[in-house]
Amino acid sequence: MGFPHPPHPRETQVLSRWFGDAEARTYAGWIKRGGYAALEQALGMTREQVIEEVKTSGLRGRGGAGFPAGVKWSFMPRQKTKAHYLCCNADESEPGTFKDREIMRWTPHQLLEGCAIAAYAIQAEQVFLYIRGEFTEPLRIMQAALDEAYARGVLGANAMGKGVRIDITIHRGAGAYICGEETALMNSIEGKRGNPRIRPPFPAAVGVFGCPTTINNVETLSSVPHIIARGGAWYKGLSLSSPKSTGTKLFSICGTVARPGNYEVTMGFPLKELLLDLAGGMRPGRTLKAVIPGGSSVPILTAEEAMDTLLDYEGCVAKGTMLGSGGMIVLDDSVDMVYQVMRLARFYAHESCAQCTQCREGTAWTVKILQRILGGEGRPADLDVLLDLSEQMTGRTICVLSDSCAAPVVSAIRKFRPEFERYLGHGKAAARA
Amino acid sequence: MSAADGAGTGGAGGAGGSGAGARTGAAATARARAEHGVAVLPAVFGDEGRRKLDAILARYPAKSGALLPALWMVQEAHGWVSPEGMAEVAAVLGLTPAYVKGVVTFYTMYHQHPVGKYFVQVCTTTPCNVCGAEDVVAAFLKATGAGALGATSPDGLWTVVESECLGACGFATPVMINDDFIEGVTAESVPALVARYR
Ligand SMILES: Cc1cc2nc3c(=O)[nH]c(=O)nc-3n(C[C@H](O)[C@H](O)[C@H](O)COP(=O)(O)O)c2cc1C
Ligand code: SF4
Ligand code: FES
Repeated sequence: MGFPHPPHPRETQVLSRWFGDAEARTYAGWIKRGGYAALEQALGMTREQVIEEVKTSGLRGRGGAGFPAGVKWSFMPRQKTKAHYLCCNADESEPGTFKDREIMRWTPHQLLEGCAIAAYAIQAEQVFLYIRGEFTEPLRIMQAALDEAYARGVLGANAMGKGVRIDITIHRGAGAYICGEETALMNSIEGKRGNPRIRPPFPAAVGVFGCPTTINNVETLSSVPHIIARGGAWYKGLSLSSPKSTGTKLFSICGTVARPGNYEVTMGFPLKELLLDLAGGMRPGRTLKAVIPGGSSVPILTAEEAMDTLLDYEGCVAKGTMLGSGGMIVLDDSVDMVYQVMRLARFYAHESCAQCTQCREGTAWTVKILQRILGGEGRPADLDVLLDLSEQMTGRTICVLSDSCAAPVVSAIRKFRPEFERYLGHGKAAARA
Repeated sequence: MSAADGAGTGGAGGAGGSGAGARTGAAATARARAEHGVAVLPAVFGDEGRRKLDAILARYPAKSGALLPALWMVQEAHGWVSPEGMAEVAAVLGLTPAYVKGVVTFYTMYHQHPVGKYFVQVCTTTPCNVCGAEDVVAAFLKATGAGALGATSPDGLWTVVESECLGACGFATPVMINDDFIEGVTAESVPALVARYR
């Protein structure tokens, strides 16, 4: 549902079916809704069968990169020589994204069930559920569900009475966007500063505490019980456009839009209809200016481009952007593009872990130059300097936070250049009030 | 950090430092605080705290895994993570205080200084910003008397800061007051909200 709004008939509710229904939060309520049947079923399959089913489904990572989940699981060593770990990424800090929070608030057992199935598939006896420190309410709800799951024998040394050990531990973050990057997340679990690690080695070889590890997003893992229960083929059939993008996706819509919220639609759904029909379009008297479709880290679309974008991995790439996390930021004609791009750059400058020069210096200088432009003291060459700086920040660093800062800056200058130029060459008179 | 913190820790950071050295650091810091008339903060990992920590340690294959949880325990007990708190955590986990400080400073939610009784974080990142988040900040600064970002109001009750995306962008503007997460705050609703806490 477009929670907090009532469900829209054009949604395909799989993950969000019980949003808003507090009874689904409890163990009894979850069982009543068919919960934990998929886990029981999975524990009766071989690990290979579970992985095959997820491969068949075509499920791709919902954390941003879109890597096929079943393929990722198959990278874990078959011969277990060390402990294996699963990390569930509930750091959700990408501006525009607020879907994992809703999954945890309303359907904590859905997530625990997905974690348990994935843990079984990759031979992990221990799962770390990394929840960002600011998510106090989801933390409380997940902890209560976890306690209940242990009390009912769903988890523990003899999970579901099937002789398999599956433990889940909640690890609370403490404020750092970068800890959503998978290797930084592992460092944070290990009690270190959340600096991303250089790859290789990849986590499936050397992950958390030096052991083979798989990291998946909350929404990815929450989709797994449905795939096991209804079959990979069923999930793969949920697709409106590209066969490489399957299933449903929760889109978080925010910014200057009439009905912000989470909407669950089938992959390939037209952006235009999601925005104008489901989310109610613009606020009275306003027109659409731009959309950032995949969380703040992806290139901006003009209103025109957005209107014929199909919402799946391929559809977004065709428009020169990315589906990312599915956090859609809507900007109307009242928005000062220069100021908001500066504000986004400030986010990245604040969140840079400062290991890489290009990122540490690049994000800081991007902010300074944009502030100078906003203050009416921009120089004619500033836009070119920004573009050049962004190029130097792309593809050269340990993680892609640096690229993520460059993407909105470059696309905004290319697509909304007159707005930037209006601030240039007019001295203080042009300065933002 | 006061000069006393250096004493007994042997300087350089890095994991696996001596627990004994760390304990000396804690004692020295406590002494220095007492001499300056600053309240000595009670130990966090006494009987009950120790039991809670042991339960946490059991869930990690290495002691260092308990560092973030232990720091949360300190902040819950004291309201901030003081140098003594860091030294105590270092001692119980076998790390050096310098290493612990290196971790504390990385994360924005650990307070390295005492803050007001009510710590207010307002998201002002782009999605909330275009919905009027900066007006919400201004309203908080006015209604609480804190005056400036990061400053504590004269009555010691309020500290207001801007935060980056709180992961609730569809509920602009989300605000945290201590552990309370409040959605849909507007500049107009701030005075009543502040009055509820006072
Ligand atoms: C700077 C940065 C921040 C990220 N933040 C998150 C996040 O908050 N949540 C998330 O699930 N993935 C995040 N990711 C992606 C993760 O690194 C990782 O790809 C993902 O958790 C894998 O799960 P998935 O395959 O199920 O998507 C981030 C990546 C980068 C580079
Ligand atoms: S790109 Fe930025 S955030 Fe990523 S590792 Fe380098 S400095 Fe850190
Ligand atoms: S931008 Fe404010 S909560 Fe995400």
